[in-house]
Amino acid sequence: MTTSTGATLVDEPAPQPDGAAPRTGGRAAPGRLGDLLFGGAAKGAGIVVVAIVTLVGVFLVSQAIPALTKNQASFLTSREWSVGGDAPRFGILELLWTTVSASIIAMLLALPIGVCVALFITEYAPRWLARPAANLVDLLAAVPSIVYGLWGLIVFRPVIAPLEQWLTDTLGWIPLFRPTGITGGTIFFIGIVLAIMILPIVTAISREVFAQTPTPHKEGALALGATKWEMIRTAVLPFGKPGVISAAMLALGRALGETIAVTFIVSTLARGTDWTWSLFNGGETFASRIANNAAEFDSPQKAGAFIAAGLVLFVLTFVVNAIARIVIERRKAFTE
Amino acid sequence: MTTTRASVISAIALTGALALTACGSDNNAGPAGSGGSSAAGAADCPSGTIKAEGSSAQKNAIEAAIKSFQTKCASATVNYNPSGSGAGIKNFNAGQVDFAGSDSALKDEEAKAAQTQCGAPAWNLPMVTGPIAIAYNVKGVSKLILNAEVAAKIFAGSITVWNDPAIAALNPGATLPATPIKVYFRSDESGTTENFTKYLKAAAGSAATIEPAKKWGGTVGEGKEKSAGVASAVKGQDGGVTYVEWSYATQNGLGMAAINTGSGAVELTGASVGRMIETAKQKGSGNDLSLTLDYATKEPGAYPINLVTYEIVCSKYQDAAKGKAVKAFLKHFVSSDVQKSLEQAGYAPLPASVATKVAAAIDAIG
Repeated sequence: MTTSTGATLVDEPAPQPDGAAPRTGGRAAPGRLGDLLFGGAAKGAGIVVVAIVTLVGVFLVSQAIPALTKNQASFLTSREWSVGGDAPRFGILELLWTTVSASIIAMLLALPIGVCVALFITEYAPRWLARPAANLVDLLAAVPSIVYGLWGLIVFRPVIAPLEQWLTDTLGWIPLFRPTGITGGTIFFIGIVLAIMILPIVTAISREVFAQTPTPHKEGALALGATKWEMIRTAVLPFGKPGVISAAMLALGRALGETIAVTFIVSTLARGTDWTWSLFNGGETFASRIANNAAEFDSPQKAGAFIAAGLVLFVLTFVVNAIARIVIERRKAFTE
Repeated sequence: MTTTRASVISAIALTGALALTACGSDNNAGPAGSGGSSAAGAADCPSGTIKAEGSSAQKNAIEAAIKSFQTKCASATVNYNPSGSGAGIKNFNAGQVDFAGSDSALKDEEAKAAQTQCGAPAWNLPMVTGPIAIAYNVKGVSKLILNAEVAAKIFAGSITVWNDPAIAALNPGATLPATPIKVYFRSDESGTTENFTKYLKAAAGSAATIEPAKKWGGTVGEGKEKSAGVASAVKGQDGGVTYVEWSYATQNGLGMAAINTGSGAVELTGASVGRMIETAKQKGSGNDLSLTLDYATKEPGAYPINLVTYEIVCSKYQDAAKGKAVKAFLKHFVSSDVQKSLEQAGYAPLPASVATKVAAAIDAIG
């Protein structure tokens, strides 16, 4: 279960009004039925979500195991992917690298920009501008991902290509920026498109959290002689930190799992291409490879191999979220 | 499944519906349905639902045919699920669908299973031909001639620039730039890849190093998603080259290489594709019309890189009404009007000689 913001987290549905309401003979008290219904509904919703996630996990594991036991290559370290036949050989190393590196690029870009946009909207922008600006950013979230794919490939790619060229020319000696023959969807480029896609998530949640900063905190900082930036640093940012982390995790989840836009943009590698750490190489993410081959799942074994890859993505997202929760909980323990 | 008895009766109510010109001229007195009486018009216009599944390569063609069929016969529904040839044959043999679409004819064991399911031999009827273009985007080169060997070397990565002597030798008089060749291939598994690599293997001999398979086995270039992906990638990249269905090449305004088969360069046109299909040998016997395409053909005017998709049908349907409905739809599909209209969707019409044979085979379905 994930919550969208740390700040508004409700620890557990508490149907029972404390002390005030009589514990017995409540039939006569008005609102008792309402409490019962609402509490039940909330509890039910919670259970359903947990059950769905668990069942998805169980489904993935049960479908993946038959294929995994047949796998002739190391699932975690192999770069091969031939899932048909009697001796399938497949591994997720390349998928993992592409997925994670593209998502990290996206986070590195989207997180600072998103937080700055949120601060601008809540702290700097004049009132007449704040609302429309916020709405505009939210609008980014409403763009279907296939549109990002199309736009990225046709419009945005020629804009980024010279930047990539410049990076490979000047920083090509760093393995991460080594030039490759890929002309289209590089990991770097996918990262940038993903950053745009997750920007509204980061911005919207951060904005809401920053707006919740208690005015006494802010006024206190200003009264102590803090400049506006110092006030933001000492009052707004620490208060908003759990929320920003939550936003980042939600955004990262989207970046890791984004399918259509990535499938559309990505350049896959030819068989036997040498391994490179370069961000200007092509590759496939978990989601894009599954989506790209979904039409050809003609045997349970084939499907199982792809589901095994999906399972890794599931676990990856789960781990990332768990880490985020731990960070937020610790943060809360300090601040309260 | 569908209630076919009711469908025959309601079909009679539709005798007013226009019969197909092609079908109408034929004597289509197939075995009558359970009602025992059936008007000629009703035989052409069945009602009920036909379920079919298979090759995605013929998706656009069969969808166009279904659309025009249902305009003529409002009572009939044809559902085609383009889930892939393998899935189509599997479900046909399991009795889940009424006919299957496939990029390749039934293999022996598949044919046996089909015979068990149908209670009679299954037939492969060639229905749609999809030519594959070698599409390129090279600035200043509007006409390009390749042969199988050079194409194989380009896609295998051993020819890397457009002004390579091997390409220049095939294009006397043309000025070729020194642009590096960028190969794009399909990143998904595809019948197009399979047929293109089969062509290279058959026609280029030892120069072909890529094993024919649905998944691209080459070691150079970059993969793009589906036909649309490779086509737009080539469009955006000077020096790009790919193999793609005809329609995608034309719609994206890409150059299409003419193929020199040994008896002159052949452009990709409906006629040159038809010529190729005409020269194909019939592999099956009787009404089983599976074809063997001779990719290495030297036939003048025949464009060699083609994909033929089949409809796989029972030669006799146990449910007579169902058989009649399948017949009516396939007769519509093979009619010259429909075949001609497929050219807009990027397919080439069946040549008349093959279409006649297919029509005769459809008539013979019991």
